[in-house]
Formats: sequence, C-alpha cells, structure tokens
Amino acid sequence: MGLENLAHGFAIAITPFNLFVALVGILLGTIIGVLPGLGGANGVAILLPLTFTMPPTSAIILLTSLYWGALFGGAITSILFNIPGEPWSVATTFDGFPMARKGQGGQALTAAFTSSFVGAFFSIVLITLFAPLLAEIALKFGPPEFFAIQLLTFSSFVGLGGGNPLKSLVSILLGFILGAVGLDIVTGQLRLTFGVTELMKGFDFIVAVIGLFGIGEILLSVEEGLSFQGARTGMNLAVVLQTWKVLPRYWRTFVRGSFIGFWMGFKPGGATPASFMSYAFAKRFSRRGDQFGKGELEGVVAPETAAHAAGVAAMLPMITLGIPGSPTAAVMLGGLIIWGLQPGPMLFQEKPDFVWGLIASMYTGNILGVVVVLAFVPLFAAILRIPFAILTPLIVVVCAVGAYAVHNSMMDIWLMLIFGALGYVFKKLDYPLAPLVLALVLGDLAENALRQSLIMSQGSLAIFFQRPISGVIVSVAILFFLLPVITSWWRRWRGGTPLASAAIGQ
Amino acid sequence: MRAADLTTALVLVAVGVVVIIDALRLGVGWGMEGPQSGFFPFWLAVGMVVTSAIIVLQALGRTTTGVFATREQLRPVLIVLLPATAMVLIMEGLGLYVASALYLGFYMRWVGHHRWPTIVVLSIGIPIVTFMVFEQWFLVPLPKGPLETWLGF
Repeated sequence: MGLENLAHGFAIAITPFNLFVALVGILLGTIIGVLPGLGGANGVAILLPLTFTMPPTSAIILLTSLYWGALFGGAITSILFNIPGEPWSVATTFDGFPMARKGQGGQALTAAFTSSFVGAFFSIVLITLFAPLLAEIALKFGPPEFFAIQLLTFSSFVGLGGGNPLKSLVSILLGFILGAVGLDIVTGQLRLTFGVTELMKGFDFIVAVIGLFGIGEILLSVEEGLSFQGARTGMNLAVVLQTWKVLPRYWRTFVRGSFIGFWMGFKPGGATPASFMSYAFAKRFSRRGDQFGKGELEGVVAPETAAHAAGVAAMLPMITLGIPGSPTAAVMLGGLIIWGLQPGPMLFQEKPDFVWGLIASMYTGNILGVVVVLAFVPLFAAILRIPFAILTPLIVVVCAVGAYAVHNSMMDIWLMLIFGALGYVFKKLDYPLAPLVLALVLGDLAENALRQSLIMSQGSLAIFFQRPISGVIVSVAILFFLLPVITSWWRRWRGGTPLASAAIGQ
Repeated sequence: MRAADLTTALVLVAVGVVVIIDALRLGVGWGMEGPQSGFFPFWLAVGMVVTSAIIVLQALGRTTTGVFATREQLRPVLIVLLPATAMVLIMEGLGLYVASALYLGFYMRWVGHHRWPTIVVLSIGIPIVTFMVFEQWFLVPLPKGPLETWLGF
C-alpha cells in the first residue's frame, strides 16, 4: 500500500516541471546557504510569496529543494571559508577547514556532500515508512494530545537546547505573547493592540523570520568584520571518484550519524546537537581519534551525516502532526496554510497527491542536489568572493522585498527592521531565536488546543494526565522542563564535577 | 555585557507587566465560551515576568568584564541599520525600486569605495532584475512611486 502511494508520488515528482522547480530550488538554496545572513529559514520565507500562484505540490517542492540546497551550501562555507553558515555546520569546520588548508578541499567537500546525501536518504526512507503510521495514530488525537505534543516541542528547547534554559523559556513565552497580539477569533476581542489598527491582524511570523534571521544575522556578520579568506576548492572528477573509493571505510560512522541525526532531528532544535554528538562519538570510536581536528575525513563525515539526517527528520512532525520541528519547517507550514491546505494528519487522506509528491520529491531533490553541488562547487564558492559592500545591501534589499510581498504591507518592512534589531540583541545575549519563531507560529494552535481541552474538562488541568497518550507526553515534557534543574542538583550532589557531560550535548 | 543583559531582562519584565494589565482588562477567568481572551496571555506574561526577574537576579549576582559591543563593532552595525531605515523611509514616497537603488549605491560607495561605473551598473541593474522577477514573471506587486508611474507601470 505504501509502495503504491510512493510510486504515485514519484509520478508527480518527476514531471518535467517539478524536476525543473526542484533544480531551481536547489540552485537558489545553495546560493542562500553560501551567503552570510541568509539561511534555510529566511530563504524559504523570502521566496514564499513567489509560490502563491503555483500549484501547491510544485510550491512545496520548490521550498523543500531550497532547504536541501541550503543544507548543502552550509558545508561549502564551513569547509572552504571556516564560516559555518548554520549552527549545525559548526562541527563540520573542525576537520573540514584544516583539510581545505592542506589542499584537500575537494576531498572534504566530496565527503561532506556524500555524507549529507547518505544521512538525508536514511531519514527519507524512515519518513516514507513511518509518516503514514504516525498520521494514522495522530488521527485519534484530541485537543489534549495536540497540546501535549506542543508542550513536548517547547520543553525540548528548554531541556535539551543547551545554553541558559531560562532564556530559552523567555524566548518561548515572548513568541507566544507576540502570537497572541491581534484579533482573538474565539471571542472577537482585540488583544494587545492598544488601539493600533495595523496590529489587528497580528504579527506575521514570516516577517519575523526574515527580520530575526536575515537582518539580525547580517548585523552580526558585519559586526564581526567578515573578510572572506577562502581556500581553493580543488575539485574535479578524479578527486570525487578517489574520495568515493575511501568513504565506504567509514560505514560505521555513516550508520551511527544517520541514527543520531534521525533520533535527534524529529525533536525541535535537534540538528545542531546531533551534529556535535555524532562528531564526538566518531572521535571516541575512531582508531585515529587523536587526529580529529587536524583534518580527518571522518571528522567531516560524522557531523554532516547527522546534520542532514536531522534536517530531513524535522519534516516528519510537520507533515504528520502539523507541528514544525524547525523554523524552516515552520515557514513551510505557513506556506501550506496560505496555499489552502490544512496541515495535520488529515493531509494524508485528503491530499495524498500533495503528501506523496512531497515525500517522493525528497528523494529526487536530494539526488539532484548532490549532483548539482558536486558539479558546481567552484561557482558557488565564487559567490563569497563578491565584495562584502555589495553583498550586504543586496541581502538587506532582498529581505525587504520578501517582507513586503507577504501581505503587500509597508508596515511589515518596518517590523522586519525592528525584528532585525531584536534578533541582533537576542543573539548576542544568547536568547535562542528558533523557539521564539516556533511559538509565534504555533501560538493560535496551542491556545485553541488548550482552550478546547479545558472546555472538555470544564476547567480542570487534570485532563492532560487522565488521558493515557497525553499523560505520557505531558510527563515527558515536564521532565524536559525540569531537566536543567535536575542536572544542576545532580552535579552539586556529585560534588560539583566540571561540565563534562554537558559538553557532548552542546 | 551585564548592563545589556540587565536592561533586556528588565524590558522583558516591563513588557510582561503591560501584557498582564491588558489581559486583566480582557478577563482571565472562565467566560461564556470557556477560558476568556486574557487567560492565555495572562499566564504567559506571568511566566515571562517571573523568568525574566530570575535572569535579572542572575545577572546581578555575576560580575563579567565583557562588553556588549565595542565602538568598533557597533559602527558597522549602525552603518547597515541607519541607511536601511532611511531606505524604508524613502520607500514610503518613491517606491521600493528607487529606494533600493539609492541604498545600494550609497552603501557600495561609502563602505566599499567601489568605482562609480560599478556602482551605477549594479545599483540600477539589481532593482531592474528585481522588477523583472517579481512584477513581470511572478506577478507580485512591490511598492512603486512616481518614477514607475511616469514610465507607465
């Protein structure tokens, strides 16, 4: 049954138009991944308005391909320029950049792209198998279960996200508060608008994403005074083939990285810890572990496999539950709503063409992606040789265009600037931005789930514990929320040993 | 760094208090349709006030030497941010295309010290490409001003 659906999906994904769309998405995505200040989330946000006139399946293929491209592009800057484009590419710089400086950039890039592909492919296969099952289970979910899952989503930012858990919590709460601004559709009352009519429709998270990630990121990078001193790519067919001959040796690292990536990835914020964890494990188990950090091929394979497995796995909760696992998935979810689709488990029954076309396009997109990036690396690397004084204003203009086009509103461009400044300050003070964006997106859904649950129980919070599924999920969520407190007590009890265990999680 | 941390947390406490006041106006209890409009924002804001207050206490108890941003770091940030603000102001009157051309040209000249031919070609070329892609190809209208009207769009 599953195979039939998948075959049907492939029939949709490999139409010439959709393949062309995927190719455009990959190319743009890789460029976006290479450019400082533009990552997957705001790249998708900026291009979203262009998809309004497209059929939904082609639109989602464009946006997901853009995401794959951005994931690949992150590796290029990490390896050649020692600049991680995204947080989950940080671990790739550890061995990737030393390799590039030794003149082995070609090998490092080939290994990175191949590992990304392997990790992604592993996750896609698991999504193909598990997504329909998960959607089936989710169909039986009521409001308490959905609220419980949302709680779990946010608790994992606090408990597993690293950094200051209090600041993660503040980010989440602020995101929900911003999400509550505007018309309350249940009671028809205006909330937190203070008489400003423009605030009636609330804050659009797409504008917030463009501001927080796009403008905020560019402010951070000009502050650091980036000068791109890149290593040469040294990429040709012989190098690719030669590296491919060596790679099967690291099959254990591939398997380990894929599992870590998928497991961490379908929980929010998972890609970054997954890449570090995979790196740490590879270093621990490798016979050449002491050579890590000096330019080991395995040190590139490990984080890249896990990061991509996690990046793809983040799509699983989005298509099955309607709850995005990452800011990029959140923007895509916003797209789904704009294209007139109802995200959630019903999607599998109501729009099988869309869901299976999307899943099949993950296969085609990643195959296309690895070929494109391998072939055009020097071209992409050349983008970073464009003078910074041209790139910076160009990115600001592109962000402004994207912010305006969402609702054709000048107000949104002003909001983008304000969110940009906020993003800069928050990033510097270690307030995480991803949970803020997710809370802004999920605000209405979470509030409605909570309201309906409370109406069902006539105001008693006990309902979340009385139903078996939500009871288990809420308990795990509470455990995650308390995890920072528990670990600090544990450490004090053990006699204040250093943060050795925390180092792996980071 | 500590001062910035304190200020931000205090601002967040203030925001929380404002939200609480507005939530109380809307009602935070049980109404006709279940929880009232202020219910959800109220508890969110209470949470934020408490958490931010703890962050304030943490910051007070810590002595750090780092600064939020040095003068040398802040300069390029403002060089991006202030002209960008000016661009959005100009956009209100002249439209996005003219405003972005001016902004691109200004930044390239002032920060990058590029040669005039480069500046002219890029700062006029980029808005034209944007126009082709958005208005012509994908039919997404962007803010236009007197120049576009004069050209007949």
